[in-house]
Amino acid sequence: MKHRILMAAVSIGATVAFSAAGSAKTLVYCSEGSPEGFNPSLYTSGTTFDASSRHLFNKLVEFERGSTKIAPGLAESWQASKDGLLHTFRLRRGVKFHTTKNFTPSRNFNADDVLYSFQRQHDPNHPYHKVSGGTYEYYQGMSMPSLIKDIVKIDDYTVQFVLNQQEAPFIANLAMDFASILSAEYADQMLAAGTPEKVDLEPVGTGPFQLVQYQKDAVIRYKAHPDYWAGKAPIDDLIFAITKDASVRYQKLKAGECHVMPYPNPADIAAMQDDPDINMLQQEGLNVGYLAFNVERKPFDDKRVRQALNMAINKQAIIDAVFQGAGKAAKNPIPPTIWSYNDATKDYPYDPQAAKALLTEAGAAGLKTNIWAMPVQRPYNPNARRMAEVIQADWAKIGVEAEIVSFEWGEYLKRSKNGEHDTVLLGWTGDNGDPDNFLYVLLGCDAAKDGTNRARWCHKPFNDKLIQAKQTSNVAERTRLYEEAQLIFKEEAPWVTIAHSVVFVPVRKDVVDYRIDPFGGHAFYGVDLK
Amino acid sequence: MLRFIATRFGMVIPTFLGVTLVSFSLIRLVPGDPIELWVGERGIDPERHAELLRQFGFDRPLWEQYLGFLGDLLQGDLGKSIVTQQPVLSEFLTLFPATIELSLTAMMFALLVGLPAGIIAGVRRGSMFDHTVMTVSLAGYSMPIFWWGLLLIILFSGTLGWTPVSGRISVLFYFEPVTGFMLVDSLLSGQPGAFKSAFRHLILPAIVLGTIPLAVIARQTRSAMLEVLGEDYIRTAHAKGLPPLRIIGLHALRNALIPVVTIIGLQVGLLLAGAILTETIFAWPGIGNWLVNSISRRDYPSVQGGVLLVACVVITVNLLVDLAYGLINPRIRRAGGS
Repeated sequence: MKHRILMAAVSIGATVAFSAAGSAKTLVYCSEGSPEGFNPSLYTSGTTFDASSRHLFNKLVEFERGSTKIAPGLAESWQASKDGLLHTFRLRRGVKFHTTKNFTPSRNFNADDVLYSFQRQHDPNHPYHKVSGGTYEYYQGMSMPSLIKDIVKIDDYTVQFVLNQQEAPFIANLAMDFASILSAEYADQMLAAGTPEKVDLEPVGTGPFQLVQYQKDAVIRYKAHPDYWAGKAPIDDLIFAITKDASVRYQKLKAGECHVMPYPNPADIAAMQDDPDINMLQQEGLNVGYLAFNVERKPFDDKRVRQALNMAINKQAIIDAVFQGAGKAAKNPIPPTIWSYNDATKDYPYDPQAAKALLTEAGAAGLKTNIWAMPVQRPYNPNARRMAEVIQADWAKIGVEAEIVSFEWGEYLKRSKNGEHDTVLLGWTGDNGDPDNFLYVLLGCDAAKDGTNRARWCHKPFNDKLIQAKQTSNVAERTRLYEEAQLIFKEEAPWVTIAHSVVFVPVRKDVVDYRIDPFGGHAFYGVDLK
Repeated sequence: MLRFIATRFGMVIPTFLGVTLVSFSLIRLVPGDPIELWVGERGIDPERHAELLRQFGFDRPLWEQYLGFLGDLLQGDLGKSIVTQQPVLSEFLTLFPATIELSLTAMMFALLVGLPAGIIAGVRRGSMFDHTVMTVSLAGYSMPIFWWGLLLIILFSGTLGWTPVSGRISVLFYFEPVTGFMLVDSLLSGQPGAFKSAFRHLILPAIVLGTIPLAVIARQTRSAMLEVLGEDYIRTAHAKGLPPLRIIGLHALRNALIPVVTIIGLQVGLLLAGAILTETIFAWPGIGNWLVNSISRRDYPSVQGGVLLVACVVITVNLLVDLAYGLINPRIRRAGGS
């Protein structure tokens, strides 16, 4: 039996004195749930990414801390061919993998690790493809199987991705969690030992922290990777104390049992802001909450009806009643934090009289319809039922009678994807900071076919702009195209763009340089304690 | 007696089969597609959706899935979680000691407080103490666990700072689990302060979980005592001049305990049900917490396996109570065997 204590610290009274924990600096994060596993390519939840990719692994390219800007990661530089089909990555030298009780790396990171990490997801015949369930939903969801034709090792420190078609957001995709780089050497050893699943349970990466212990549903312990290529983390130990209830997380934060907590209850925010021991950090989220009209159903095929219903909604009342101030009215389908956001877009003014007149002109006076309200709380919509009630009341003022409908979440997603709704409340949180990840995924013609485009709106002039933007890597040109696309969107009004929520992260006063991740993640490399 | 035991065991088999059917079908009756839930707003194309259904075996007819579940069960295989890809049995066994530790402590708290309170209330019927016990136990029985738990946390952990907020031990103690029982493991670790920390973490969850059983036990003990105290043989004992303590302790309590033992057995099921909420509030890593997550994710193998295992525990405890009851009361033994 092996016992080890991380530090010579014990509890004092009811609270724990972290700063008195000997020489080691330990940061405790009250996380909101348990990870599904530790290989981020197999899963889709932010909770799993927080526990895995954001601490244990690196990607070829990374998002800069607290930003959506792409920065070098395990690739020092990269270059695209003129036709945009070849992307060549020069890999960083001297990058060390974690040493664990099961694995001592004999070599540094190289091209074999990149090939292993991608081929495992890409090639159905790869020996690891089916290990741990083999469900690579992000890789699939970002259309990587059809996009990537081949991955070629040019030499130990050069890798080339060959694409089937030009795709400007490709580099941003590689900064996503599913593109984390795992150790090929470790995978080979585990395969030879007949325990390939250990690669996903006892992870080995190049990231700033390495896993020490996971006690299911209770605690995850990490220690700083001493040889991290970008420099050792300022804190020595990182602990995730898994606490599912937001009220309890707040009590733990107040009691000093943790330093940082995610997802506070909106009702607790005011008290947290008044607490002298807590710093309330906040940032606009990379998200949008919307109401989509099913344009395949009458009378929503008439844009005048959609415009009228836009004008009938008092967004500020929604921000006050539903977001309790923690949101910002949305006028575009992408959040202001994403490049190419068109600030020149004019939103529909709240004007019930004009709305009623336009509705009558369109022959839809006295319309009877439904509003689908999500049964769950999401970052972009803290209370869909309440939101639907506000919209219902607003529409009633112009003579529109709307019934509020809700289903169990899985059923809601399935039925709305099948287009069974008249209007539906939903939203989106960005994956990679690229406008394409909102516009094409949610409003493109392909998405209208598969149902992800809940408005089922396929508008050729709009879609053409998105396709053109995909096929050029010139950022200025792409910006122009997306700005124009946003104006078309506003004129056609397939959605009521409702709000971008504000993300709050309360941290204790002794936490230094914690930055809110625009993607909704929680990462602690670079964070220090006073 | 043997016939009695055989009859009781004979009843366990159909109960067990019934539980397999209920645990298998209930989660499938809940609307919601596990794969749709898994991918969320991002969606999934229909081909990939069908492929995943096939991979998990959810495309087969329900009766075929059920027979497959029974077949695997006979070989001791409860399947793998579709979320974590870990064997359901191993996940259950990892988490179950935490639930047992919490439930046993809660039951101990309920017995230590509930039995004496019930006895005294019965003996001093109509007194201030009796009224207080009845009122408090009614309040305890009626209190929603979630509210009660949060209230205690805010008062004792947040405001007074007497107890930790949640978890099983301070996260600053690090040792590998040996038995899974934190009180034992903290002692075995030899780390100063570890046991104290584990014990302090157990206080509030045990009180919250033990409140309802405490109320039930107190009320049941009181009414059983009242019934027994009115019996002729108690009057005879009084007439014979036996000391009151002897009458209550030896004659009354022994007979009053028979229905109380049954109630205690039934509380095991209630405790496990209550553990679901208590574990969620106190971030207690037990099976209640795990089952709630599995249900919300429609993790069919985990839910059906977990419910089945919990049901087995409840069936076993009730069987033992039945047998104990038969031992205590020969009339039951004879009736059960006939």
